[in-house]
Amino acid sequence: MPENAVEVRGLVKRFGDFHAVDDVSFEVSRGEIFGFLGPNGAGKSTTIRILCGLLSPTAGEARVGGYDVATEAEQVKENIGYMSQKFSLYDDLAVEENIDFFSGVYGVRREIRETRKEYVLKMAGLENRRGDMTRLLAGGWKQRLALGCAILHEPPILFLDEPTSGVDPIARRTFWDLIYQLAEAGNTVFVSTHYMDEAEYCHRIALMYRGRIVALGAPAELKRSLNLPSMEDVFISRIEEEERRTA
Amino acid sequence: MRSRIREIVVKELRQALREPRMRALLFFPPVLQLVIFGFAVNLDVNNARIAWFDGDRTPASRELRERFEGSGYFTVLAMPRRDREVRDLLDHGDVQAVVQILPGFARDVDRGRASVQVLVDGTNSNTASLIASYANQIVTSFSQRATQARLDRKLGTSVPTNILPVNTASRVWFNPELRSRTYFVPGVIVNIVMLVTVMLTAMAIVREKEIGTMEQLMVTPIRPVELIIGKTVPFAGIGVVNMIMITLAALLVFQIPFRGSALLLLASTLLFLLTTLGLGLFISTVSHTQQQAMMSTFFLFLPALMLSGFAFPIQNMPAPVQWLTYLIPARYFMEIVRGIFLKGTGFAVLWPAMLALAVLGTVILSLSVMRFHKRLD
Ligand SMILES: Nc1ncnc2c1ncn2[C@@H]1O[C@H](COP(=O)(O)OP(=O)(O)O)[C@@H](O)[C@H]1O
Ligand SMILES: [Mg+2]
Repeated sequence: MPENAVEVRGLVKRFGDFHAVDDVSFEVSRGEIFGFLGPNGAGKSTTIRILCGLLSPTAGEARVGGYDVATEAEQVKENIGYMSQKFSLYDDLAVEENIDFFSGVYGVRREIRETRKEYVLKMAGLENRRGDMTRLLAGGWKQRLALGCAILHEPPILFLDEPTSGVDPIARRTFWDLIYQLAEAGNTVFVSTHYMDEAEYCHRIALMYRGRIVALGAPAELKRSLNLPSMEDVFISRIEEEERRTA
Repeated sequence: MRSRIREIVVKELRQALREPRMRALLFFPPVLQLVIFGFAVNLDVNNARIAWFDGDRTPASRELRERFEGSGYFTVLAMPRRDREVRDLLDHGDVQAVVQILPGFARDVDRGRASVQVLVDGTNSNTASLIASYANQIVTSFSQRATQARLDRKLGTSVPTNILPVNTASRVWFNPELRSRTYFVPGVIVNIVMLVTVMLTAMAIVREKEIGTMEQLMVTPIRPVELIIGKTVPFAGIGVVNMIMITLAALLVFQIPFRGSALLLLASTLLFLLTTLGLGLFISTVSHTQQQAMMSTFFLFLPALMLSGFAFPIQNMPAPVQWLTYLIPARYFMEIVRGIFLKGTGFAVLWPAMLALAVLGTVILSLSVMRFHKRLD
């Protein structure tokens, strides 16, 4: 695997006349927790979908795990786990049935399916609720189960699109603990959020606004260079400057 | 590859059989249609209500009335005496037909050229033509008897009827009692298999788009063809189960004859399923919500039903519409199903219809598969 898990250069995505992603470039190195911050409509989900091979880029280049997302989407898919912004497990299947189903479609080897299932159940804290209908789970458990199902096939690169939105603060904290564990195990985690406090948990962040990256770097570094006390201040100052520039 | 398909099939069946709404969708339409077309819709004429206007009032005219009443097809409800009353009875729908015997009927019978007038309420053209033809049969046989009696009297001996100059009696094959249920119930197979499989396939795929799981499936290594097979095979199975259920109901509950080969019926059902699953898949590629999928299904289902020959015979349609029916898979399957049930038609006769289904199925299915991508745009 190459040095960088993700490499994006001059990426553009247009829907009709609208530039959802407008000339974006960045890199994510292996083992890194890379945060993607920005308000709703900034273009975070669109960028992530392109990186997962779900949308084709209008222009520019993106490589994930060394594979070109436009031409080698299937190889890309073998190397990634993706948790979409919408909860995307089957509500009308039991917890265990969801795990078994995704194990099957990801082609997890039969010998290790049981071990993987136990790992996911434990990780999500659902060992005693394996037979429950997924629809009965509270938000935090649902999100952890969705994360578990996205990593059944042990992908080295993870794309998590606003995994903590609509979840209570304690469950958010627990979820971030899991992200740390995964990163420590050598995985690359690409996570989007619109919670400012979560920016501090990331190794590096990209601040996205109206399809463009308006700040990129480690949180501490960004605060220092702009001489501002919090990420929220960094964000506001960058957006104000962007507004002035385009006005 | 096979295990991934099985994984989807199992999941699909689990979901379909677990959800009460889906379960209802599986079993409610067949039962409802069987009840409607097996019991409720009755286009047969039994005890048609008629009025009897006797302008002759002779033994001959009375005898004819007894024939009508004794036939089991007619009940004489009124004996109007004036033209006005006749009009009122028909206008109010009190009777479905009026038989008018003109003065001089008995004399004409003796001369061998008797006739009666039958005024039929044509509001329901199907019933009207049946009533007219039954009345005609009774009058014809009555006048034949009278002719024979006259000949007997003249010659003083009994003359065999077969020397009579004209015999216009017609015989109906395959469905001798002209029971509408015999005609409709096998057709229910076509309707139900079409409705259920198109709708379930379209809904199952669109639901995943709507709730977002499709996006999740698209990042797995699953191939489009595996996804398509996994998503259609369960509903093909349900279609076959429906077909068997309706066939059994036809045989056991409605005593419809089954004169042909069960294997041929199964083979034709599978060919028909190619077209309906293809159509369901196609609808799913053009719909974003389950509601759109449902609307599109009905939008396509109703004309297909009309043009399939289920209720309206295709040969009575205008020529351009008849050509159009060649594009409707249900038309061929209807022909096959009725052929197998009622006539015992075999492969030698049905193969062109089966070939048509195979061709249409392949075309629809490949077009839909081509439209089905593992990308969101
Ligand atoms: N398929 C699409 N067609 C048209 N516009 C889209 C489509 N997907 C997203 N957009 C638009 O692109 C912009 C960015 O959306 P998105 O990437 O979802 O933002 P974010 O995830 O940062 O909230 C939004 O204005 C959205 O309306
Ligand atoms: Mg988003």
